[in-house]
Amino acid sequence: MTSIAAPLTTADGQPLKVSLRRAQRRSRLRAVALVLPLFLFLVISFLMPIAEMLLRSVENPEIVELMPRTTEAIQDWDGQGLPPEAVFQAAREDLVAGRLARNIGTVGSRLNYEFSGGRSLITRSSRQAARWEAPFKDAMIAADRRWGDPEVWQIIQREAEPYTLSYYLAALDMAYTPDGEIVKKPAQQSIYVDLFWRTIWMSMLITALTLVLGYPVAYLLATLPLRYSNLLMILVLLPFWTSLLVRTTTWIAILQTQGVLNDMLVWVGLIGNQSRAQMIYNQTGTIVAMTHILLPFMILPLYSVMKTISPAYMRAARSLGAPPFIAYLRIYLPQTAPGIGAGGILVFILSIGYYITPALVGGESGRFITNFVAYHMQVSLNWGLAAAIGTILLGAVLILYWLYNRLIGIDSLKFG
Amino acid sequence: MAMPPYATPGEKVVITAFRLFCAAVFLFLIGPILVIIPLSFNAEPYFTFTKDMLSFNPDGYSLRWYQDFFTSSDWLRSIQNSFIIAIAATIVSTVLGTLAALGLSSRFMPYRAAVMGLMISPMVVPLIISAAGMFFFYSKTGLVQSYAGVILAHAVLGTPFVVITVTSTLMGFDHSLTRAAASLGASPIRTFFKVVLPLVTPGVVSGALFAFITSFDEVVVVLFISGPEQRTVPIQMWAGIREQISPTILAVATLLVVLSILLLTTLELLRRRSERLRGMSPG
Repeated sequence: MTSIAAPLTTADGQPLKVSLRRAQRRSRLRAVALVLPLFLFLVISFLMPIAEMLLRSVENPEIVELMPRTTEAIQDWDGQGLPPEAVFQAAREDLVAGRLARNIGTVGSRLNYEFSGGRSLITRSSRQAARWEAPFKDAMIAADRRWGDPEVWQIIQREAEPYTLSYYLAALDMAYTPDGEIVKKPAQQSIYVDLFWRTIWMSMLITALTLVLGYPVAYLLATLPLRYSNLLMILVLLPFWTSLLVRTTTWIAILQTQGVLNDMLVWVGLIGNQSRAQMIYNQTGTIVAMTHILLPFMILPLYSVMKTISPAYMRAARSLGAPPFIAYLRIYLPQTAPGIGAGGILVFILSIGYYITPALVGGESGRFITNFVAYHMQVSLNWGLAAAIGTILLGAVLILYWLYNRLIGIDSLKFG
Repeated sequence: MAMPPYATPGEKVVITAFRLFCAAVFLFLIGPILVIIPLSFNAEPYFTFTKDMLSFNPDGYSLRWYQDFFTSSDWLRSIQNSFIIAIAATIVSTVLGTLAALGLSSRFMPYRAAVMGLMISPMVVPLIISAAGMFFFYSKTGLVQSYAGVILAHAVLGTPFVVITVTSTLMGFDHSLTRAAASLGASPIRTFFKVVLPLVTPGVVSGALFAFITSFDEVVVVLFISGPEQRTVPIQMWAGIREQISPTILAVATLLVVLSILLLTTLELLRRRSERLRGMSPG
C-alpha cells in the first residue's frame, strides 16, 4: 500500500478542501443575499408592528408623562393613610398644567380603566385646580371627597410606573386589591376568560366538524381515478378561492329567518310559518359558516397525505383475512395521522383567530375573543387592553404553529 | 363509477352510504356558492327566492342589482381601489417572495427552518393581531390612511403564499439542469433566464395569483388602517352587510365568484403546463 503522496488539488493548484469550502461559502452568501430583502421587508412592516403591539400591552405612559410632579412626589409615600401634603401640591400643579396643555383627559381615561369615576374625578378637579389654595390636602378633599380616599392614591401610585401588568390582569378578568394583591374579579364582571374558553371550544368543534366532513371526501378524492378526482377537486377548490365575504353573505342569505333554508322548511311543512328557526346571528350561524369556510383547509392536507398511501397495504390486510373495518382501523387510519394532524392544527389555528365571520353572523352568543380585540381597538379605544388580549391570543397561536412546524414541517404546506 | 365486483352486499351498502355522504358534503361545499347566483337576479329586494322566480316567470328576474352596482360611484371607486392595491401588493410580494424562495431552496441556506417559519408567519398570525399591530406602528410613521400603508400591509400578507408555492416548485427542480447549462458554457445569469425561470414560472404565477386574491379579499387590515379614500370592495361589502343589506351585494358576490372561477381555471392550466414541462403525464 502506498501512502497518499499529495492532497488532491483543483486545476489551479488549490487544495480541493479549500476550494470546496470557498465555493460553499459563496453559495451560502448568495442564498442569504436572496432571502435578505424579504427578511428586512418583513422585519420592518410585520415584525415591528407586532412588537409595537406587544409593547402597547405593557406600556403605561399616561401618568408618568402627564403628571410628572405627582409621579416623583408619590414615590416616597409608604402607602399608609393619606399621602403627605407635598403629593397633594404636586397633583394640583399637574392638574393645572394638564388643563392648560389640554391633555389631562388622557390621565382621566387611564384612571377610569382602574376605577369607575376616575375620568370625572380628574376632569372636574382639573377645572377647579387653579382656584385651590394651600394647604392643598384640605382644599382637594373639600373639592371632591374621593381625594380623601387612600385607595385612589394607592392606584395612582401603582400606575405611576412606565410599565404595567394591569392590562393583562384585565384581559384575564383579574384586578389588584388596594393592597396590591391580585384577585379574580366577581363573576358578573368577568367576560374575557369565558370568551377565551368559548373561542377554544367552538374552534375545537369546528375542527372536529371539518374532520368528520372532510375525511371521507379526501379519501374519495385520493382513491378515485384522476379523471374524476380532478373534476371533484374543483368543487373543493372553488370555495377555497371564493371571497370570504361572498361565502359569509351566502350563508346569511340561506340561514336567515326569511332565507332560503327557512322558506324551504316551511314549504315542505317541517316548521310553521310563524315558528321559523333562528339559525343565524348566534352560535349555530358561526359554526355552520366557519365549517364551510375552513373545510378546504382540512381536505387539502388530508388529500395530499392519502394520495401517498399505497392501496397495496389495504389489499394485503384484506388478503390476510382482516375484516374491512378492522383493516381500515389498523392499517389505513394510522397512516393518515399526519394528515389529520396537519389539517387539524391548521383549521384550529385559523379558527381561533377568525374575526370577520363571527362578527357578521355570530350575533351575541357566537362571538369570538377577536371581536373584543376589535371592539377595544375601534369603539372603547382601550388600546392597552386590546393589545393584551391580542398578545395572549398570539401566544396561543404561536405555540400551535411551533407544534405544527415540529410535527409536520411548514415545508409540506401546499395549495391546490 | 361501478362497485368493485368482489363487494359483498354488506359492503355495497357501506360504499353507497359513503358515496351519498360525500355527495352531501360536496353539496354543502358548492351549494351556497351556486345559490347566490340566481338570487342576484331577483327582481325584488329580498334575499330569498320569490314565487315568480320559482315558477320561472321572467318578471321575477331582473338585472337591477347589477345596474345598481355599475351605476354606483361608491362601488366603482371601490373596485378601482381594490385593483390598484391588489396589483401593487402582488408585485411587491411576488418579487420579494420569489427571490427569498430561490434562496430558501438552496442547500446552503443557514437557519433554513427558522427563516422559513418567519416568512410563513404572516399567514398564521391572526389577521386581527396583524391589523392592530400595523395600526399602531403605521400611525407612528404616517402610513395609516394612505395607499402606501395598505399596499405594504397586503404585500406582507401575500408573501407567504408566494414563498410556499415557489419553494414547492423548486423542491421538484432538477438541479442537474443548471449544472448541465453551466457545463455547456452558459453564464449563471443566462442559466437563470433560460433554464430556471421557465421552469419555475408556473409556481411564480400561481403564487402571484394567491397574493392577488389575498389582497383582493382582505377586510380586517383595511378596516383598521385605511381611510375613506381607500375603501375596497370587501370593505364596501362589509359595510353593506352590517348596515343596509341590499341584493346589490349578491350581484357583487356573483361577480366575485366569476372572478374566482377565472383565477382557478388559470391556476389549473398552469399546473398542467408545469406537469408537461417536467415530463410528468397529465392526469
